[in-house]
Amino acid sequence: MTPPPVAGSVISTVNLVKIYSNGGVPVPAVRGVDLRVEAGEFVAIMGPSGSGKSTLVHMLGGLDSRTSGEIWLDGRRADTLGESAWALLRRRKIGFVFQFFNLVATMTVADNVELPALLAGASAREARERRERLLAELGLTGRADASPAQLAGGEQQRVALARALANRPSLLLADEPTGNLDSRNTRDVLRLIGEVHRGGQTVVLVTHDARVAGMADRVISLLDGQVVDDGTVGAARRRPRGTAGDVVELRG
Amino acid sequence: MRLPLLALLAKEPAHGYELKQSLEQIFGDAYPSPNIGQIYVTLGRLEKDGLVRAVDVEQSNRPNKKVYYLTAPGREALDTWADEPADGPRIRDEFFMKLVLAPMTGLADRMVLINRQRRHYLGLMRDLHDLAERTAQDDRVALLLIEGAMLHLQADLDWLERCQEELP
Repeated sequence: MTPPPVAGSVISTVNLVKIYSNGGVPVPAVRGVDLRVEAGEFVAIMGPSGSGKSTLVHMLGGLDSRTSGEIWLDGRRADTLGESAWALLRRRKIGFVFQFFNLVATMTVADNVELPALLAGASAREARERRERLLAELGLTGRADASPAQLAGGEQQRVALARALANRPSLLLADEPTGNLDSRNTRDVLRLIGEVHRGGQTVVLVTHDARVAGMADRVISLLDGQVVDDGTVGAARRRPRGTAGDVVELRG
Repeated sequence: MRLPLLALLAKEPAHGYELKQSLEQIFGDAYPSPNIGQIYVTLGRLEKDGLVRAVDVEQSNRPNKKVYYLTAPGREALDTWADEPADGPRIRDEFFMKLVLAPMTGLADRMVLINRQRRHYLGLMRDLHDLAERTAQDDRVALLLIEGAMLHLQADLDWLERCQEELP
């Protein structure tokens, strides 16, 4: 069933396919994905490694080209855009968090975070204020003048999230945004993503982390490049009556 | 609840209601609030087993209250408990049974079972998120228990993924 692209959808794909070539041998990564994401949704994409989830989200952000099929963003055909048109689109409305950060090594943390806002036309003051707020939320205020190489992996990951949010994107795409974080830092990141979602921004992220997926309204499961499950996450049937003791069953 | 009561009595002698209050204070929201009847029943059994002893303390204008003391065998039981590692959590074998047996009998499709179970786990995760938000941020014990429950769910979900990959 191919859903027709809908003007109201933030993302819409039609029979999206990606086939990599490995020494002349075709390796299908995404095998015909029809997906529609509405404005304000929080979607988590889960699945084993090699199931195509990273490839899918990279294609949605124009960071990887599709082999066939269509991608529509905000009702406009996007898969046919050239690299510079994609770059413009990302600058205007997409924040992307990479699994391996991709921070600019020669710039400070502060400059890395301010850059997207400046490129999108924010004033220097706006960009600075926004950067200060984001770094504070992520517990990184003291690292503003460091260079990325001086940061631990978890810190780099949080900087990457701050950078992705710097230009207030209407769509946040993320690939394992908590993959390198310990529990405490994961909590900060989750809080910020939750705020972004409540603020009406659309969030689509690939994750193994059940804590992240548990915050999503909708979870899509991929297996071998195909969607095998797509549904809302409701409260569990056994609704807790209100205290931790009802959930954790600590009994002596 | 035998050993937590013994542990509290190792700190100081107490009567039943004080033990209930201590448990509530220490564990906050994370402990299913013990009912006082249950505590007295447990104390009675501990007394019968010689692990605690009760002494009647007279009170003016009120009936006597029973104050419980830890005995030497009680202390020993407590030491043994403290020195042993606790059992590890057990795998959710009921679901695994379903997963293995259902397709054989034509009862259900594996993919459907796994997908449903995943959604259920994520729903539980959502409940835990809500709970964490409603828990006072300085209630460390409760928050750590919630985090523990979340990490267990993570393991369950990872394992579900392995089942999906490995089982035809």
